[in-house]
Formats: sequence, structure tokens, C-alpha cells
Amino acid sequence: MIEVININKTFNGKKVLENVSGLFAKGKTNLIIGASGTGKSVLLKTIVGLIEPDTGSVEYDKRDFIKADEDTRREIRREMGMLFQGSALFDSKNVQENVMFPLEMFTNTSKSDKLDRVNYCLQRVGLENVNNLLPSQISGGMQKRVGIARAIVMNPKYLFCDEPNSGLDPQTSIRIDNLISDITEEFSTTTIVVTHDMNSVMTIGEYIMFIYKGKKLWEGNKEMILDSDVAELNDFIFANNLMKELKDRG
Amino acid sequence: MILNGIGKYFIFLGKLFTNREKPKVYFSLIIDECILIGLDSVFIVAIVSTFIGAVSGVQTSHNLISPLVPLYVVGVIVRDMTILELAPTITCIVLAGKVGSSIAGGLGTMRIQEQIDALEVMGINSASYLVLPKVLAALIMFPMLVTLAGFLSLCGGYASTVFTGIITSYDYVYGIRFQFEGYNVFIALVKSFVFAFVITSISAFKGYYTTGGTLGVGQASTNAVTNSCIGVLLADYFIAQLLL
Repeated sequence: MIEVININKTFNGKKVLENVSGLFAKGKTNLIIGASGTGKSVLLKTIVGLIEPDTGSVEYDKRDFIKADEDTRREIRREMGMLFQGSALFDSKNVQENVMFPLEMFTNTSKSDKLDRVNYCLQRVGLENVNNLLPSQISGGMQKRVGIARAIVMNPKYLFCDEPNSGLDPQTSIRIDNLISDITEEFSTTTIVVTHDMNSVMTIGEYIMFIYKGKKLWEGNKEMILDSDVAELNDFIFANNLMKELKDRG
Repeated sequence: MILNGIGKYFIFLGKLFTNREKPKVYFSLIIDECILIGLDSVFIVAIVSTFIGAVSGVQTSHNLISPLVPLYVVGVIVRDMTILELAPTITCIVLAGKVGSSIAGGLGTMRIQEQIDALEVMGINSASYLVLPKVLAALIMFPMLVTLAGFLSLCGGYASTVFTGIITSYDYVYGIRFQFEGYNVFIALVKSFVFAFVITSISAFKGYYTTGGTLGVGQASTNAVTNSCIGVLLADYFIAQLLL
């Protein structure tokens, strides 16, 4: 469980996050949604500690991450896995080395055990026989899946995904969404996904937080979202004609 | 603004040495960096230093044509110029261009592709993991490259003066051995150590804090080379003041 409490963040005098609070439950796929530039990626980076908030706290299972000392922070970070928007795979390492990297850094198990774990994770994301390829030699969708494999290789308690569907075709997007949802259920991780893809929202959104101009305007789940009376949320959701038709049909 | 940048640089240096990873993690990284920084630079260092020595020999001979000046003085001057100044400083200026831009470009690309963020989220001190091996590798390889540069400069000087008949082989060799001071070699090595640290740390600092996408990577590389060269020249002056 991750709880964010009254997060505020200002960049060059401009308020990017304003009193954002929310509870992201364990074993659920939690989504942070909103239009581009509303502060959702800043919120995610604040949660994982890449950006320090001006005020507020982030608690990982009641452990205050913001005020924690460096050792505690490192300990919590080793329980995290993150899929970045551009996958963030290491260019100079092949697929196998990328996925094995956290194991090499933090475990003392034998090489064959590490390799077994890497192969298991790659199989889990539907990738086989790509171990020796470089990131530049595989497609964007495959890179995302390698990114997910790297994120789950250490059995994380917390999984974060920043725009996992950006730049992907609809079929691959659905595949990635389902993979994230399945992994969340299977490993009972606390998963937070930042997205503006309504297809993801309607497919995997067990808890949804809507951010508008740095403020949390609405929270709920995918069943509740179509009936919301928040004008800004409705503008966001029904910007797409397909969603309008879906609502009209009831 | 400048003070802010200097302060940030020293905080960055502090990050290299705190919360380091296990020593075994660094070993293979240092070997890799020694190859990239050292072995891959041998060719350019060899070319530059040989020609610097050759030009020094020709110009010194040209300026010293006088029956009052013994010919072996050409060897003395080429030796002192190259060992004390040209080999360490010019070699390191060249390395600031080659190694510095490579470090800044590599780290800048990692920054904009969120690879550095990925390391941080994993709980790895990205500055120490990525930069410390480069600094240590440079501290190992730069003195070797400067030693090679000094030797090849003397060879260049020999080739340009002896093979063209300006002076005899005996005069040149006598000159480079005449009143030789080992302390000058020590100064050259001190310079190479200091320049290695200056170039790698400034370039890494510029690359590590790259902003602004691919354009930012280009700017970081340019700034890395410019600032490294200024740093080398400043350090050169202070070392000369302190040690001579």
C-alpha cells in the first residue's frame, strides 16, 4: 500500500502539484490519469523519489519515504520496479543483461539461478529467444516488455509504469495493459500506472485518480468514471467520440 | 549563477564517493573504461605528440641557427618543451575533446532516455556507479598516455631534425640527455593526474545534468569540452606555480 499525503510541488514559481493525497492499494492496478502537462508524471516521480516534494509525504506500507534516511530509502527502492515511458533500457547491454542487471547488483545467487530467473521473467512477458539482442534491435513493444521483465525480476512489492502505452499500436497496448494487470494480481504488487489512454482506464483501472492542473479532482474506479459529474473529467474522457457513443448507449 | 554551478559541481563530486556500490561492481567497469579512455586514445595521442615533437624540433632549429649556439641545444629545448608542457598539456587538451565529449554525450543520452532515473529507482547511486569508474580509469590511463606522448614527441623531434640533416643523431641524443632532470617527468605525471580528474569530472558533471533532449546532449558535450579545456589550462598554471 502506498499513501501520498498533501503533496505540493512548485517549479520556478509555478505550482505543479497542489495538496495531492491518495491511497494506492496493494494487489490493485491504480491509475493516475489526466491530460498532458497536468502533473501526473511529476506525481509519479515524486512517489518514487526522483523528485523531492516541497511539502507532504509518501508512505510505503507506513514507512515515510520522504523523511527516511538514505539506507531506508535504498531499502524501499529495492522493493520497487519501474517501467519508464521510453523503457530506459541500457543501450550497451543486451536484453538478458538488462533484465539480469538488478540481480547482478543486489543478489549473490549463482549465475545459473540468475539466468533461470531472467528467462522466467522474459517468458512471463511473452519474450523468448531475444536474450542476445540489443535494445536497438527490438521493437518498441518488445522494449516495453523487456522493461517490465526488468521491473519484476526482483519480485517488487511496488510496480510503477509511466505511460506504458505511449508510442504503441492498439493491440500491443492492450497486451501491455493486460500484462501489467496480470502481474499485479499474480504477485500482489501495489501498482501505479500513469496514463492518458482511455482504453487502459476502462480495461485495468481498479482505482483511478484524475489530476487536473496539479490538483486531484476525482477518484474512483472504471465503473464509476462514466457517471462522474466533474466537468473537467468528462471533458477529458469524452474528448474521444467513441467514448461519447459508449456513454450514450448506456 | 557561476557560484551555483561550482557549488553543484562539488556536491556532485561528493556523491561520487558516498553510498558507493560493492567494490567488485566497479572492477569490471574500470577495466571497460580503461579500454575506452586509454587504449582507444592511443592512436590520436601518438599522432598528435609525434607531430608536436617534430614541429618543435624544426622550429627550434630554425630559430637557433647560429655558430654561437651548439647544435645539441635543439635536443635540450625539444626535451624540456615536450616533457614539461607540450606532452601533458596538449595531450590532455586533445583528450578533453575526445574523452570529455564522449563522457558528456554518453551520460547526457542516458539522462534524457531516463536510464539514470532507472538506476536511481533501483536504489543505485547513479553518479557513483556511472562516473567513479571513468574518473579512476582516467587516473590510471592518462599518466600512461602522457608518458607515451612524451616519448613519441622526442622521437618526432629526432625524426624531423636528424632525418632532414639539420643536426646529427649524436647531437640530438646528447641534447635530450644533457642536464636531464627527473623532476620534470614528475611534474608531467602530476599534471596528467590532475588533468585526468579535471577532464573526467567536469565532463561527467555536464553530461549527468543534461536537460533539454537531444539538443541538450549536444550542448552538454560542447560545454564539457570547453570547460574541461579551461580547467586544464587553469590547473596547468597553478601546478607550474606550485611545483617549479
